[in-house]
Amino acid sequence: MALELELISPFEVAKDFALSVQEYTLLSAQSVANFFRRPLYMGDMLQQADLIGFGSLPIVILTGLSVGALLALNSASTLQRFGGITLIGQLVSLGMVTELGPLITGLMVAGRNASGMASELGSMIVTEQIDAMRALGTDPTKKLVTPRIGATAFMLFFLTIIADLLGWAGGWAVAHFLFGLDSNQYWTSAWQILVFRDVFTGLIKPFLFGFIISTVGCYYGMSTRGGTQGVGRSTTQAVVASSVLILITDFFVTKLIFAVFGVR
Amino acid sequence: MSTPTLPIEQPSAATGDHSAFAIEFDNVSIAFDEKVVLDGISFNLHHGETKALFGVAGSGKSILLKLAIGLLRPDSGRITVLGEEITSMTERQLFDLRRRVGIVFQESALFDSLKVWENVSFRLMEEKIPFDEIERRVHEALRFVELERTYDMFPSELSGGMRRRVAIARAIITQPEVILYDSPTGGLDPVTANNIVELIMKQRDVYKTSALLVTHRLQDAFTMATHEFDPKKNQMVPIPKGQRGEVPMSFLILRDAKVIFDGDAHELAASRDEYIREYIS
Repeated sequence: MALELELISPFEVAKDFALSVQEYTLLSAQSVANFFRRPLYMGDMLQQADLIGFGSLPIVILTGLSVGALLALNSASTLQRFGGITLIGQLVSLGMVTELGPLITGLMVAGRNASGMASELGSMIVTEQIDAMRALGTDPTKKLVTPRIGATAFMLFFLTIIADLLGWAGGWAVAHFLFGLDSNQYWTSAWQILVFRDVFTGLIKPFLFGFIISTVGCYYGMSTRGGTQGVGRSTTQAVVASSVLILITDFFVTKLIFAVFGVR
Repeated sequence: MSTPTLPIEQPSAATGDHSAFAIEFDNVSIAFDEKVVLDGISFNLHHGETKALFGVAGSGKSILLKLAIGLLRPDSGRITVLGEEITSMTERQLFDLRRRVGIVFQESALFDSLKVWENVSFRLMEEKIPFDEIERRVHEALRFVELERTYDMFPSELSGGMRRRVAIARAIITQPEVILYDSPTGGLDPVTANNIVELIMKQRDVYKTSALLVTHRLQDAFTMATHEFDPKKNQMVPIPKGQRGEVPMSFLILRDAKVIFDGDAHELAASRDEYIREYIS
């Protein structure tokens, strides 16, 4: 079989990219607008919340504990050199709540659920199930996309809180058992360092990340072309795009919140 | 095949449509990238009529069905379904119209994560009909296609022929005024294909439902043109020679993106067109 090399002009690539952004924006806007239109598929939303929330719990527990413990372990030796081992609680607490908790949870859920959404909806596209749903008089964005957005944004909020708490616990285990830090001292410093801005930053991010994960996963699923190979491609693209978007959004949200609260 | 005595309550007559045709295509064209798939297609489907669509693979038959239910929009031309011009309708308006039209997809397109009864009752559940009523109508529809025993099964547990029959049950459960069949016998063995043809004929003759039938099997369409469903015997019987059936059955042949024939079985048999003669021989 002869291998043909096809050259694509940069103009075509830019046009395709602009078209994808437009379609993604339209799908997202339509899906959000569906929250205010009847029927609201509460049953589907609860089912997705169960799949996304409880289904992701083991991975979030493991990563939360590990990240907290690693954060404590890596920073302890440096802090010990300056006699500041008592600050370990503050460091773990701030790091987990403002940054690592939402980010790691978002990336884990993106890996697990953006791929799941893209492959499930992509398979439905290639087997004409989405067309069948439209032909049966049901709006697929309302029935399939909107419940996934609501469930992901809602559940990621709670998953992040769980990851934060377990990160604290992981940090405490390292600080207490490996470096002999008093438990009371650790928890008190971890708690007292937090101000409203930190908690606000840490809790607003999961909503945004949840929105990104679900809309990107559903967009790639709904735009699948080319049979089973296309489903595989959509799945990979969904994970890569949602992870990159989460990292970019995280930077700008942090910067924005710092600006709003007057922090440099 | 012996078909059970009757299922679904009443013929699909309740309609506010006062137009002469169930479906009208007026100079409809559609192209994908550079390839013109349908070019200036015009035809009418009368109420109660079944029209069989023929054409070689890739001639745009399935595209034509998707245009008829608004899943695709034409580049030009007008399509009217049950008196409503669908080419200018929004997707939301189309959802309402589609509730009056049934479609059986080529590969059945059953929801693979739902059980058979959930697939068949999908539209009823969307309409929030009481569960007792849903259960009764699902049993009736499944009895109509002789698959009551599959009620609690998943589509993956069914054979290809059974999936097609479940798809037919899903399409007829709301007693639509028009049904679109996309190669319902494609890839099936002759016995199963014959059973499917009999079901389509039963829907046509008992409920007088209008239908567009895409098929590769010429014999299916000729069987439908030469037989009628006898409700007393619960099976199809040949129409006596020299007597045209009460049910209007017509044929439409597509070639090179255009309609090259639109007429009944007798006109088709009498056609002098070389391509058509070769096609039906």
